[in-house]
Amino acid sequence: MAKKKNTSEFPKWNYAPAPESTSHIQLKDRYDLYIGGKWVKPLSKKYFKTINPANEKTLAQVAYANEKDVDKAVKAARKAYDEVWSKMEPSERAKYMYRIARLMQERAREFAVIESLDAGKVIRESRDVDVPLACNHFFYYAGWADKLEYAFPNRKVSPIGVAGQIIPWNFPLLMAAWKIAPALAAGNTVVLKPAETTPLTALKLAEVIHDAGLPDGVVNIVTGYGDTGAAIVNHPDVDKIAFTGSTNVGKIIQKAIAGTGKKATLELGGKSANIIMDDAPLDEAVEGIVNGIFFNQGHVCCAGSRLFVQEGVADKVIEKLKHRMDSLIVGDPLDKNTDIGAINSREQLGMIHKYIEIGRKEGATMYQSNCELPSSGYYCAPTLFTNVAQSSIIVQEEIFGPVLTIQTFRTTDEVIQKANNTPYGLAAGVWTDKGSRIFNVTTKLRAGVVWANTYNQFDPASPFGGYKESGFGREGGLHGLSAYVKQNEYGTVRSVENV
Amino acid sequence: MERLEVLKTYKIYIGGKFPRTESGRYYQPMNGNGNALGNICLSSRKDVRNAVVAARKAFGDWSGRAAFNRGQILYRIAEMLEARRGQFMDELQQQGSTRAKAEKEVNAAIDRLIYYAGWCDKYVQVLGSVNPVASSHFNFSVHEPMGVVGIFADADTSLIGFVSMMAPVIAGGNTCVAVASENLPLCAVTFSEVLNSSDVPGGVVNILTGKQSELVKPLTTHMDVNAVAYSGSKEVFTEIQQDSVLNLKRVMHFEQDWSQSNAQNLYLIEHFQEVKTTWHPIEDIGGATSTY
Amino acid sequence: MTKRNNPITLPDFSKSTRVDKVGVEERVSRFQKRSIKGEAKLQGLKMALNMIDLTTLEGKDSPGKVRQMCFKAQHLHDVHPGLPTVAAVCVYPSMVGIAKKEVAGSGVKVASVSAAFPAGQAPIDVKIRDTRFAVDEGADEIDMVISRGKYLAGEYNFVFDEIATIKEASGNARLKVILETGELVTLDDVRRASDIAMYAGADFIKTSTGKIQPAATMQVTYTMLQAIRDFRLETGIKVGMKPAGGISSAKLALHNLVMVKEVLGNEWLTNDGFRFGASSLANDLLMQIMKVETGIYQSSDYFAID
Repeated sequence: MAKKKNTSEFPKWNYAPAPESTSHIQLKDRYDLYIGGKWVKPLSKKYFKTINPANEKTLAQVAYANEKDVDKAVKAARKAYDEVWSKMEPSERAKYMYRIARLMQERAREFAVIESLDAGKVIRESRDVDVPLACNHFFYYAGWADKLEYAFPNRKVSPIGVAGQIIPWNFPLLMAAWKIAPALAAGNTVVLKPAETTPLTALKLAEVIHDAGLPDGVVNIVTGYGDTGAAIVNHPDVDKIAFTGSTNVGKIIQKAIAGTGKKATLELGGKSANIIMDDAPLDEAVEGIVNGIFFNQGHVCCAGSRLFVQEGVADKVIEKLKHRMDSLIVGDPLDKNTDIGAINSREQLGMIHKYIEIGRKEGATMYQSNCELPSSGYYCAPTLFTNVAQSSIIVQEEIFGPVLTIQTFRTTDEVIQKANNTPYGLAAGVWTDKGSRIFNVTTKLRAGVVWANTYNQFDPASPFGGYKESGFGREGGLHGLSAYVKQNEYGTVRSVENV
Repeated sequence: MERLEVLKTYKIYIGGKFPRTESGRYYQPMNGNGNALGNICLSSRKDVRNAVVAARKAFGDWSGRAAFNRGQILYRIAEMLEARRGQFMDELQQQGSTRAKAEKEVNAAIDRLIYYAGWCDKYVQVLGSVNPVASSHFNFSVHEPMGVVGIFADADTSLIGFVSMMAPVIAGGNTCVAVASENLPLCAVTFSEVLNSSDVPGGVVNILTGKQSELVKPLTTHMDVNAVAYSGSKEVFTEIQQDSVLNLKRVMHFEQDWSQSNAQNLYLIEHFQEVKTTWHPIEDIGGATSTY
Repeated sequence: MTKRNNPITLPDFSKSTRVDKVGVEERVSRFQKRSIKGEAKLQGLKMALNMIDLTTLEGKDSPGKVRQMCFKAQHLHDVHPGLPTVAAVCVYPSMVGIAKKEVAGSGVKVASVSAAFPAGQAPIDVKIRDTRFAVDEGADEIDMVISRGKYLAGEYNFVFDEIATIKEASGNARLKVILETGELVTLDDVRRASDIAMYAGADFIKTSTGKIQPAATMQVTYTMLQAIRDFRLETGIKVGMKPAGGISSAKLALHNLVMVKEVLGNEWLTNDGFRFGASSLANDLLMQIMKVETGIYQSSDYFAID
């Protein structure tokens, strides 16, 4: 009988490339503005290109909307508001929204691939997080359209009018859904501007909206730069501004609308604390740290960018964290196995590098995972800094990239103080096995979203938004409706103006 | 021989103490007959600063108290006001009101305090939510006070506007720096004596008198003030909005007749609340028999 | 093995790292989403074959049955050249002698279950004799069960001492400690029992006997891999992992390998570091290997059942 050797010699096992197919997506070479239910050429006569940050190749040309284009879009939205949308039976509005949600679901993979192409975000996230959440958002708010009176006890509600919405490049489709869905449910019409580096999924959403047969002008998509956004903010016939982006721009908007009576919700920056107590489930905490700061390349306003670890477990946690960072795969966003994709733009990569340089100059100790970065495109290795202090610039300022700072602490009171010692107040995380401590810490943290023993979870039913300079107003859930309705008393109508 | 009346020295109220303004200045608002109401403190920006410091210091304790306790304290304020009805009616009449109107205003102020005393341990129940998220997490949203709130009280009333704006703010666990009506300041000043005898911790309500034009800027630009409530003209409010951008204060503009019975509601509390949403995993959400 | 694991100072097991199950489930779903294709898939399937402890643990096991299984262990699918053997065969102590003779010279190890498998409800001297018998019959590896009743009663020192005693009785045989995680129920307990076993001298920790459901779920295996990683960080000692029971598909086996690679690293991706306790997994792996190589979907009729 022939005997074989029990061999155990195999070469190092690495995953073969597993790129998501792009054959099923449809992208035009050139996109016009979606105004009044039609694709119209920009009055500006100008187009700009949007590129794939993973390889710097041009994906499409996109129309640039100037002030006149914006005016056209606002007029279309006003007309749709006055003549159709505000008068429609709420249950009919709901059905349109359900239809949009379903059509998005049917084309989910196409949305995911385009999102990854345009934003540099990994396909696993766009496929499993961004796109499903965006669909679900429409589905969730659709159901509110004919139930608004249940949301505000003792109040009669009515829509506000035309909402001007300006969204960022980190979650392009998801942010469009966060903005459009509650606005439509409450009976408003919309002029939405996607970010200049990531306009494609919003334009694809316009296709879906068109296919859904939504009345002309209810949703208008105008593409362009900051000045396009400014034109929306300053347009006299816009009743409400919803903005997600930097705190600086948020302040400019708030100042610009002072005295106009326009309502605003601002979802701005953050420098959120993620706190690991010594009795925490450490392995899940490490996962939470990774998910907190490296999710979407760290381009997350609620990123857990300030890590606080209790001294007794600090060495252990940092060792585990480095080990975990080394297992992260950085590279082609379209590869199904990639954990960290491309930085959204050359400018943003420059910004991240600037902060890494500041960190080094401040004398902090840097660790970067030993991954290989692709030779073209915009990439940044997962990075952490130890030996930092509350007064370090990299601890104080939002970096918006895969860069984590780590501080240690001794007591609960100390870490609560440090966590709150920031102008921001968007989110926070705390990890501990002890229930009473969780409630102590979550109650005292001055932040709009607090994740206990988890991080970076999102859901259409869950309100999201910040304290202090992280903005005001909430998006998502019942509380996300209030930004899009006027509340009136029953009987004598006396409005209480809430700006 | 006729007895000589003892006149009252009107002071401001900061951190539970009754200083005169640090500036040493005063002004003399007139009543309808052209008589001076008294030497009222003309508060300065430094008084604003001291008041904000006191309000911030009091915030932790006040916001951390049991809602039931805050309700009891608001009720106690109403009790103390009830006991001093005569004094407030006198002051209202000094400031030009009729006796009947004065009585009505004092009654409304007392009832308003009772109304908000009752809300203290209920608004979170009514406004909060448990959010049914799709993942294995328990998720709930509760309302929390914003922090330190600057209040520019209604200019046209001495008592009811002040009480109506202040009560929902502190009922919700905020502390405040309230600027009294410029021309009708007496009741706000005397109200500080009510507060001082009502178990309200020092610093929860701080009361300044003076010129609105001087006090708007230091209060609305102050980086440690979280929100501003204003009842008055659009022009001044626009300025407040612009100044508040520095630290993104939440700003509320009220245009209403505070003496109306409906000038009290849940949403006046909500305006000075932040929504906090908390997530926590739930093990075995599929039920006790689910497998791992 | 870099360093042999001998009993060392006992940490406070009541303070073993806590485990949050929802977090574990999230992490595990990430492994399941890895896309393993082409060469990587082929290599993974072959590695998995080479990690199998081909097992028969039944009251009706007979010499004939054991001999047939041992032949299969060395001749998985001889029509296809270049396939490895399995890592070991796993049998009851009474069958060790027979198995040892059948696999002699092949490199396939003989593993014996022990310590009053599967329930472990016997006095320690019986367990010691059970173990020594298997070792004397030629067992290369001892798969012992822990006393779950004692564990759940909080008698961690008893459990520790028993493992250390069996370790001693095992002599040079490699000791695998079966936690029977389906009876421990919570991941906190899986973690704590893993710590106890490793500190008491386990060379491998193993999920299950195969007699209790649930057995080797990915959540349990993940929790144990994390314990192994931490033990390595603490002591420098490499302990192996053996999920057993319930892994019957090639897909699940690959997910397990992904998990081992990402939690522990490539160093554990040999049968010194990782084993599958399984009986029906081999044929699914073989069918998948043939599918990858020929591009044609396979039928079980073409693969010998033992």
